[in-house]
Amino acid sequence: MNGSNQENTHRTVERVARESYGRLVAYLSVHTHDLASAEDALSNALVSALAHWPQDGVPQNPEAWLMTAARRSLIDVVRHQRVVQASEPTMKLLKEDSMETIVAAEFPDERLKLLFVCAHPAIDPAMHTALMLQTVLGLDAARIAQVFLIAPKTMGQRLFRAKTKIRSGGIPFEIPQERELPERLDAVLEAIYAAFGIGWDDMAGADQRGRDLAEEAMWLARVLLQLMPGEAEVQGLLALTLHCEARRPARRDAKGRYVPLSEQNPEQWWGPLIEEAERHLAEGFKLGRIGRFQLEAAIQSAHAERARSGRTDWAAIVLFYEQLLRISSALGTRTGYAAAVAEANGPEAGLAVLESIDAEAVSHYQPYWAVRAHLLQRLGKTREAADAYDRAIGLAEDPAVREFLLQKRR
Amino acid sequence: MQFALMIYHTPEEFDMRKNDYNDPHLGAWRAYYRALVDAGVYVGANALEVPETGTTVSLKEGKRRVQDGPYADTKEQLAGFIILELPSVDAALEWAARCPGASIGAVEVRPLAPEAMRRGFTG
Repeated sequence: MNGSNQENTHRTVERVARESYGRLVAYLSVHTHDLASAEDALSNALVSALAHWPQDGVPQNPEAWLMTAARRSLIDVVRHQRVVQASEPTMKLLKEDSMETIVAAEFPDERLKLLFVCAHPAIDPAMHTALMLQTVLGLDAARIAQVFLIAPKTMGQRLFRAKTKIRSGGIPFEIPQERELPERLDAVLEAIYAAFGIGWDDMAGADQRGRDLAEEAMWLARVLLQLMPGEAEVQGLLALTLHCEARRPARRDAKGRYVPLSEQNPEQWWGPLIEEAERHLAEGFKLGRIGRFQLEAAIQSAHAERARSGRTDWAAIVLFYEQLLRISSALGTRTGYAAAVAEANGPEAGLAVLESIDAEAVSHYQPYWAVRAHLLQRLGKTREAADAYDRAIGLAEDPAVREFLLQKRR
Repeated sequence: MQFALMIYHTPEEFDMRKNDYNDPHLGAWRAYYRALVDAGVYVGANALEVPETGTTVSLKEGKRRVQDGPYADTKEQLAGFIILELPSVDAALEWAARCPGASIGAVEVRPLAPEAMRRGFTG
């Protein structure tokens, strides 16, 4: 075996793992309800693939090969645990003497059930996103810990606890009934959105709290759309993530300095992503069930319009925000609304919106202070603006945003 | 629950601090301090002089040993510390991420020893 052959195999394993990870974990765990064992079994299968494929060649159906290897490993895991009272579905899966059938036929895609399990109301909402990233995308606990700013060991423990609860808490691996579907789907959408951690670059110097997982979030949104193409809000979420991702190249200048949306050069936005976002948004609207993510996407779509017309229709953005506020009065929404009102009707009107927000709630909320500072400065209230800038600077995490605000403060 | 945020600098960062008291970083530190106070989590803090000004004393087999410089022979050295009163380590990590020291060096977060133990020291 030569080096490049091995390298190729590595790449193939990586690609298959990335594309198939969630499908395999979902299929294995839907039967056993045991996510941790399914993941262990799959990682054993991946190690085994790295050992065998360079010599034997990459199998014709790598996913089926991995499934077979993972099932064998799962049998070992179960034996090792001496789970005498292993549930009937576990035994059924393990006994299923149908490796050939599986190799020949496609096995069912159970990822939707897995997504609903990860965002089940019995699981701590703070863990929904982390569980999805691990079980559907195969991210390790250390990487997830970086994103959520939690000690890696702690993240590992929390993921373990959540999986134990899934296994022993009788959380069903099924798609929710019609009646509870909207609420349950909302939790799934929220969890994917949380991975993205976007949004506030439509404000002057607002910190994005660096959740650098845009690619992973978009992948999850695409998976969800593939599984639920008829859900308007799923279209909306994907459109929202695509719009925000399209601006990535314009968010920093050549020297790495932060550039707020209003000063970004639309020629640096990724056109194809914007076009794709617009298509999904239109599909969503056609379904006639407006919702939070479609409205957020519509706001970003209005910003994207500047690439074509050279101007921003702030009145339209204000209207979208007003609809959005009827659904969600999250701090981010209210702060974004204030910023839009200031553009449409002047800084005083924007400031009045900010004043209506509970002071206690915003004491740690950086975007509020960034917008407030900006509006006070526009009104010539230099001293008050400097105070607000200090708060925004002190609460910022991104050094580029901090630097930008320090410049503005002068 | 109290946490210490220990701020570590590289020699270059110490140099920056030493040479320019109008350093733009100062504005960031002042803003950070204000945010801590306004959030009601600030207990205390202080900055340390550059490591070369340190002197290390120890007693080995009854003999004094005095050395120039800091105790630990590492590139990054303690530059200052902040004590915060917070409900959880999650909150402490969040404040550490906002600390200007995190983007120019590193910030270690560690809980203070349990109060009973600290009382043992102070009587």
